[in-house]
Amino acid sequence: MTERITPRDVAHVAELARLSLTDDELEAFTVQLADILDHAADLDALDLADVAPTAHPLSLVNVFRADVIGPTSDRDEVLAAAPEVEDAQFKVPPVLGESR
Amino acid sequence: MAEAVRSGARSARSVVDEHLDVIAAREPEIHAFNVVLADEARFAADEIDRRVAAGEDPGPLAGVPVALKDNMCTRGIPTTCSSRILEGWIPPYDATVVERLAAAGAVLVGKTNLDEFAMGSSTENSAFGVTRNPLDTTKVPGGSSGGSAAAVAAGFVPLSLGSDTGGSIRQPAALCGVVGVKPTYGAVSRYGLVAFASSLDQIGPFARTVSDAALLLEVISGHDPLDSTSIPAAPADLTSVLDRGVEGMRIGIIEELSGDGLEGIAGDVQARLGEAAAALEAAGATVETTSVPSTVYGLSAYYVLAPAEASSNLARYDGVRFGLRVDAPTSGDMHTATRTAGFGDEVKRRIMLGTYALSAGYYDAYYGKSQKVRTLIVEDFARAYGRYDLLLSPTSPTTAFSIGEKTADPMTMYLTDVCTIPSNLAGHPSMSVPFGVGDDSMPVGVQVLAPAMGEPAMFRAAAVLEAAAPPGAAS
Amino acid sequence: MSVTAPEIVPGWETVIGLEVHAELATVTKMFSAAPNRFGGEPNTNIDPVSLGLPGTLPVLNGRAVELAIRVGLALNCTIQRSVFARKNYFYPDMPKDFQISQFDLPINGEGWLELADGRRIGIERAHLEEDTGKSTHVGGGGRIHEAGHSLVDYNRAGVPLIEIVGMPDLRGAEDARAYVSELRSILVAIGASDGKMEEGSMRVDCNVSVRPVGQVELGTRCEVKNINSLRSMGRAIEYEARRQVDLLTAGERIEQQTRHWNEDEGRTHKLRSKEEAFDYRYFPEPDLMPVEPSEEWIAEIRAGLPMLPRDRRHHLAEAAGVEISATALTVDRGLDDLAMATIDLGADAGRVLVHVENNLADGVGLLTAASFAALIALETGGDLTATQAKTVLASVVDDGGDPAAIAGQMGFEAMDSSELEAIVDRLISEHPDDWAALTGGDDKERRKKSGFFVGEVMKATRGQADGRAVNELLARRSAG
Repeated sequence: MTERITPRDVAHVAELARLSLTDDELEAFTVQLADILDHAADLDALDLADVAPTAHPLSLVNVFRADVIGPTSDRDEVLAAAPEVEDAQFKVPPVLGESR
Repeated sequence: MAEAVRSGARSARSVVDEHLDVIAAREPEIHAFNVVLADEARFAADEIDRRVAAGEDPGPLAGVPVALKDNMCTRGIPTTCSSRILEGWIPPYDATVVERLAAAGAVLVGKTNLDEFAMGSSTENSAFGVTRNPLDTTKVPGGSSGGSAAAVAAGFVPLSLGSDTGGSIRQPAALCGVVGVKPTYGAVSRYGLVAFASSLDQIGPFARTVSDAALLLEVISGHDPLDSTSIPAAPADLTSVLDRGVEGMRIGIIEELSGDGLEGIAGDVQARLGEAAAALEAAGATVETTSVPSTVYGLSAYYVLAPAEASSNLARYDGVRFGLRVDAPTSGDMHTATRTAGFGDEVKRRIMLGTYALSAGYYDAYYGKSQKVRTLIVEDFARAYGRYDLLLSPTSPTTAFSIGEKTADPMTMYLTDVCTIPSNLAGHPSMSVPFGVGDDSMPVGVQVLAPAMGEPAMFRAAAVLEAAAPPGAAS
Repeated sequence: MSVTAPEIVPGWETVIGLEVHAELATVTKMFSAAPNRFGGEPNTNIDPVSLGLPGTLPVLNGRAVELAIRVGLALNCTIQRSVFARKNYFYPDMPKDFQISQFDLPINGEGWLELADGRRIGIERAHLEEDTGKSTHVGGGGRIHEAGHSLVDYNRAGVPLIEIVGMPDLRGAEDARAYVSELRSILVAIGASDGKMEEGSMRVDCNVSVRPVGQVELGTRCEVKNINSLRSMGRAIEYEARRQVDLLTAGERIEQQTRHWNEDEGRTHKLRSKEEAFDYRYFPEPDLMPVEPSEEWIAEIRAGLPMLPRDRRHHLAEAAGVEISATALTVDRGLDDLAMATIDLGADAGRVLVHVENNLADGVGLLTAASFAALIALETGGDLTATQAKTVLASVVDDGGDPAAIAGQMGFEAMDSSELEAIVDRLISEHPDDWAALTGGDDKERRKKSGFFVGEVMKATRGQADGRAVNELLARRSAG
């Protein structure tokens, strides 16, 4: 299979997942993830060239809903759950980067 | 119990009070619950009694105390997933199963502990402390639905709901000596179940008896328009077929999961499985050993696919709309600070594993390959079900292990799911039925597997095993 | 058809491919029953699903699928089996911190769009996805990295979008504008979207590259985001093309980047390089089942499609006997039905189109095909001059009525040709120098003096003379 996962890979993945790791954690997680991925290397024994992937156990298609308005949330109830609110909006620290 | 309440022979209030007394006595020792809703339960029970007195029928679960795994949303009642990141969150809506339980007259008495976000096999990964096995409090109850299994085993409630992504209902059922069912994927609505791995998750019942489990499953299953993956069919009739036996059924024991092919299946567990097979044979079934070769690869595929889906499902815990926030100068830093503080190690491990498996350059080697293994498992099962009505295996390779025994090495813990994972990957139903005890006097569970929508036959076999089972563990 | 686009920088060709996001005109959101409504108090058009609360699940709006198929059919795309995928990245205005989109299996595969001048622009795909909420930066002196904070409104989160990815077939800002205009007309015509760029219901990202004229190989492209109007799109493309040419002529390389258009500063700046591009970790959305439109359903949707701008242009061009491009404005103004009906009543097609283009920019009011045809009959029969016809037309538009009667009331009567000859001859004798200049001068002088005499005739007849007849008469006199 692919090369063993490195601390650099783990650090990159943690960044993608918005997690920060201490040096000790980075080391420990690298060992653990490598163990798990080594186990997944079992799959290399299989000839999968002609096997189609399965993404889901069900074979339903075209599951649609009618375009009809349903109940909306009580805004106060929703905002009450938020860590911080201003002007009936969710308040967050400044967002860096682009607006899309 | 429901019959007695419906007929007025017993009050719902007395049933609820009796169970609350048991909870008061043993809950501090067991810690099955994240929250016990004593006042709410008494209020709901009084309401059931009023309706009975008014000549109404409150439904098939009238007055029956139930517990919910704390990853099912309950309007106005905190839902934590046993995670710091959701501590204090009060959902503004009810899960579909919660609505169905209420409509059937069931009384919610509490929400049960779990491995954080259902990630684990021992309920040791909870942010709110471990749950202990009621049969031996030095042992784990299994997981991730350990609280729901322990609540039934301890007599706190006769019925509870868990969720099962890779064995999280069946394995704790086996370890606690109760019945646990993972239904066909799509049989029970997932709306309101906090997602772990969406293509694998399924809600199912815990009960002390096979017939109670059947009744609860009938109540919660059926099509739900709020879940696109809900099967558009009427729920299977289970309670009325329970006594039909297994005469003429063909049952295969999965060789790869039963000891000879796989290391780690304990001798006592193998012995009980053999006795269970003999009991089915004695009841008129044909039982033989059969090979379902790709099931051994299930574990590896699962520990790529489930974390991959989880890494995406758990992205929304970002400190913006609900739950924990740890402040930081920018939104990006705030996301990181919040998630780093809010998630436990096992959740972080799986999020990183799943992120890695989906990331550029690794997708084909891990996620793509695992999806193909999923196909092999589906195909192997299809071949097996061409020859057999049902399959049989142990539920767990061992009886309940000690608290702390497997926490140091994640891979050792993961291996406890080896027998249960294949059904999730295929979307098939399977259930664990208590069948005697191991050398340590702790319960052993036998797993009955069926093809999709095969619950009626599965429950018939379970009823036969239940009737033939040697004495269980004493609590 | 080969059209040479104007070069923004001489010797360089600008190559553009556009990605257009359009909000679909459904009543509810893509995956839940919350209203799809522009504006409104913040966080009112929300429900647990569109907020991405734990435990919620998406259920696909069938109408959004139908509208997407309409778009696909209108853009001549292959309609195919499609699968939703999750596009994973963290952003506060995205409730689930992933966007449900389509990745390798979009609902609409390759197709094409025909511009008003008849050129076909390739469409790579047109897929469904959900919109995000909106975050507004508050405080901190307006500069985003200077403290302050952001406020998030999820009213727009989960609104259905179709993303139409065009091929790099456009060759300049004008082309890009023509493409977006045409696309907008199509979306509006089929009821898929209101196409309002100013409300953000249609948004454009531009992929821009440059290459020396004659080079076949494409240059390295940059994607320009944050374009809010057709005007800023044109400016952004021109800026970006010049920037790239400047780099190349200075001997530097173009780095593949995503760039941000700053409307106030009139420039683009770098957001991120290709290496810094997000790793979106797409995978099939496990909460949704694939969409497999049946042949019958597609046929039904096709049968319900109205006539598209392109068909209207072809139709009118055929009826009027003109080039396709000559019909664009009429179709664009939505007057092709009137034009066709007027032509069907026997009116001169050329005059019909001229009046639509020149005299009906502000609407047709009370004008009907019958009165329009009657007016043109008067004009072509010589009873009204072009100027008079225009005046009568304006009156019919405002107040209705019969053009002949109105012409009579206005005192417009056809001028006798001998009367006109007398006036022309008088003017020639009164202005001998001008006449000499007309008969003896070069082309330029001749044109100038013809204009002078026509103007004098018009003055003398208070505009009742037919300009064409005057010109013919002047030509006869000067030749004779």
